[in-house]
Amino acid sequence: MRSSPLQKFIVAVLGWTVALLMFFPVAWMVLTSFKTEIDAVHSPPLLVFHPTLANFTHVIYLGNYLGALTNSVAISLGSTVLGLLIAMPAAYAMAFFPNRWTKDLLLWMLSTKMMPAVGVLMPIYLLCQRSGLLDTLSGLILVMMLSNLPIIVWMLYTFFKEVPGDIIEASRMDGAGVLAQLRVVLLPLAGPGIASTALLSIILSWNEAFWSINLTSVNAAPLTAFIATFSAPEGLFWAKLSAASTLAVAPILIFGWMTQRQLVRGLTFGAVK
Amino acid sequence: MCTLELRNLRKVYSNVEVIKGVDLTIKDREFVVFVGPSGCGKSTLLRMIAGLEEISGGDFMIDGVRVNDVPPDKRGLAMVFQSYALYPHMTVAENMAFALRLAGVPKPERDERVMVAAKTLQLDALLERKPANLSGGQRQRVAIGRAIVRQPKAFLFDEPLSNLDAALRVQTRIEIAKLHNDLKSTMIYVTHDQVEAMTLADRIVVFNAGKIEQVGTPLELYHNPANLFVAGFIGSPKMNLIAAEVRSSDGRTSVLTLEGGSLFSVPKALVPGQKLTIGLRPEHIAVVAEGGMAGRVEVVEHLGNETIAYASIGAAQPLTVKLPSDSDVRIGEMLHFASRGQTASLFDEAGSAIMSPSA
Amino acid sequence: MTKPTTAPPHRKKLMHTWPLLTPTVGVLLLWAFVPLAMTLWFSFQRYNLVDPTISGFAGFNNYKFLLESPAFLLSIVNELVLVGAVLIITLVLGVAFAVLFDQEFFGRSVARLLVIAPFFVMPTVAALIWKNLLMDPVNGVFAFVARSLGFTPIDWFTNYPMAGVVMIVAWEWVPFATLILLTAMQSLDRQQVEAAKMDGARGPQILRYVILPHLARPMTIVLMMETIYLLAVFAEIFVTTSGGPGNATTTLTYLIYLRALVSFDVGGAAAGGVLAVILANIVALFLVRTVARNVDL
Repeated sequence: MRSSPLQKFIVAVLGWTVALLMFFPVAWMVLTSFKTEIDAVHSPPLLVFHPTLANFTHVIYLGNYLGALTNSVAISLGSTVLGLLIAMPAAYAMAFFPNRWTKDLLLWMLSTKMMPAVGVLMPIYLLCQRSGLLDTLSGLILVMMLSNLPIIVWMLYTFFKEVPGDIIEASRMDGAGVLAQLRVVLLPLAGPGIASTALLSIILSWNEAFWSINLTSVNAAPLTAFIATFSAPEGLFWAKLSAASTLAVAPILIFGWMTQRQLVRGLTFGAVK
Repeated sequence: MCTLELRNLRKVYSNVEVIKGVDLTIKDREFVVFVGPSGCGKSTLLRMIAGLEEISGGDFMIDGVRVNDVPPDKRGLAMVFQSYALYPHMTVAENMAFALRLAGVPKPERDERVMVAAKTLQLDALLERKPANLSGGQRQRVAIGRAIVRQPKAFLFDEPLSNLDAALRVQTRIEIAKLHNDLKSTMIYVTHDQVEAMTLADRIVVFNAGKIEQVGTPLELYHNPANLFVAGFIGSPKMNLIAAEVRSSDGRTSVLTLEGGSLFSVPKALVPGQKLTIGLRPEHIAVVAEGGMAGRVEVVEHLGNETIAYASIGAAQPLTVKLPSDSDVRIGEMLHFASRGQTASLFDEAGSAIMSPSA
Repeated sequence: MTKPTTAPPHRKKLMHTWPLLTPTVGVLLLWAFVPLAMTLWFSFQRYNLVDPTISGFAGFNNYKFLLESPAFLLSIVNELVLVGAVLIITLVLGVAFAVLFDQEFFGRSVARLLVIAPFFVMPTVAALIWKNLLMDPVNGVFAFVARSLGFTPIDWFTNYPMAGVVMIVAWEWVPFATLILLTAMQSLDRQQVEAAKMDGARGPQILRYVILPHLARPMTIVLMMETIYLLAVFAEIFVTTSGGPGNATTTLTYLIYLRALVSFDVGGAAAGGVLAVILANIVALFLVRTVARNVDL
């Protein structure tokens, strides 16, 4: 397909316009995070201003930011590691030793993901309360792991399916047990796939808001819940909100950019590659 | 010592029986080839022997010990996979040493055994390479080397040559034959290519639809196929199989009317009126001046070392005839064909070979 | 079919997969059924966390009360408006962006990263940044743009609260549709497009007869995945309007949340939860079927 230089130019202008418009809120947030509170609410909006790091230092040293950050890291890493540990053997079994129930099992797992969280909000809340898991990291790690487990299993399953079955059989003939197969054969061969599964799980846990807001108050509140506290009108400072938001979004945005290709597979349960 | 014994082995996949009771004894140091069309169950049977598929019924014994429930790595067998199944993240040496490493063999001994195997297969210069940097033939040799290093009781080959090009296939075939001669160990080899079967095997097992059709040495199968399936499967070009009816019999020879009307006499006492199928190998047919089967030549293939002619004798299939390379048959020519010597095979209506009374 | 053999029955298996599957299947079974059963049980109970005197079997009263309250009907309407509007916006823009970013142009890979960025922004951040920095009627960027063009700035969350929420949610989900449809575009056989051109098809016809049919399947998947997630939209409402003004942005999800963790009416919330589960399951049924048909297992 060959297009004329004019067509190419129009496409480029169109493409970049769309890209900049979509990215504008993020860019504006980052820009505002370097403004003083007075500059932040200035009308007309300022593009040129004296940048300051005061908001960042303020958010980091005075707010609950560091605690929320620690919680977010602990919850997303904890739920991801736990999820991978539970899901890897299952995905291995289904990918290399399928039986007549494998397909139904996978689809059932997918269907558990369809359950609206709000439908089970009350029981989960009460269960957490009774067992003392409310507003604890362990409670949130557990809930987050469970809600992402179907996606982790599916993603691992589709990546494992790409490893030739012969190699697994050869390693069985060579005397490798399940653990040795996972460690010595599958881990190196499906490594990139496992990594992107882990990244997707981290992204989803990091950005999860429903359980984060409803099952935490002070101790275990991750960044999503922390940011939500800025919605109170009296606590509203745009520059500080922007600084806190920038700090909350930046790491996961980079992760997301890194894994965008493999992400599609996880998000669509392998139906679009 | 390694004798493998299959007693009434069966495999059922969700109510479909794919291996329907196989009895076979494979002797120590024997090279046995499983051959048959795709889907006949030969690969499944090999995987049952390897321990990669569960055995649904019957017994599988290694040296008299029942091993149905023994996991693959404890059976002492090594397998060469069709896709080679090399570990792509390991070097050639690591690939070959992997089983020994898992078995806890100390490194010096591992290196020693890998080196010996590598020398046998001329892989010693490639030991540090990864599989991605090897040619198809080299990968094949690494796969074989990985099996040799384990010093298994028996080798299992699953269509090992099917991913190689024609020239390399012949060369590797010869190497495998040499290897069997050197190692003197039991080997089972699965292929759908009857030329590989004929050239490599001590004994060939012909499979069809989950059952053994015939077991025998290559020449036994060639000369005395037990039934129509084996007759059609072994030999290239294929044996001519022509429907016929016994016209008359004098107690020692009988005259048959072939489909299409030609007459053909065989040195056997048969019942007049009996319907049967006669099998004639293309290489056992000669052109004669007159008599025999008359047919018009339809296609001629000059292969250089020989010439193959296809002639219509009025039967459903044209008669395939193998002629010397210098024969100058032409399309459209009317020729007479006769059996060279008395080497026709006869099959009854059920497809089983009719044994000559003298045999 | 087979005669009994002399060998003992083959119960022992060479490879047991159940120990590997049990942890995953076990925890998912618990996660899927225990809370659901509890929700169902609560929905027939008179149960309030702050008032222990309310107790006992409620029959269908929780459902009756919920179905008869004007807030409920409105919440269903709001839910459908939110989901429907966002779906239409994301699918239309998703297809447009997928086709656009499938073209070669200068800096395409960077532009593509910028477009999908909103998907990775956590919902609370997205909602607060939009509500304040962009949509504030006095100091927001939109107000500034409107004034510069000679219009009166719109006070979104007072006058058009649902439109405001829809905009925010759509901004988060357009990248999802784009990302998936763009991936699907890349598997389009370029020779098909060339053949269509040889047959005399122009841009719109290529879109109509080649590209859209090719994208039909991924579009269905986007549609259903988004529906599942959009039915559960919570944080965006929580931090922008809290369901208001009045009940203008109270969706079913938000209504249940209000019943549950604001009035602590467990019975009423559970009844709402059961209805939400039924609603989601209708969509889920279709989604699971589509995935089952499209994934080779």
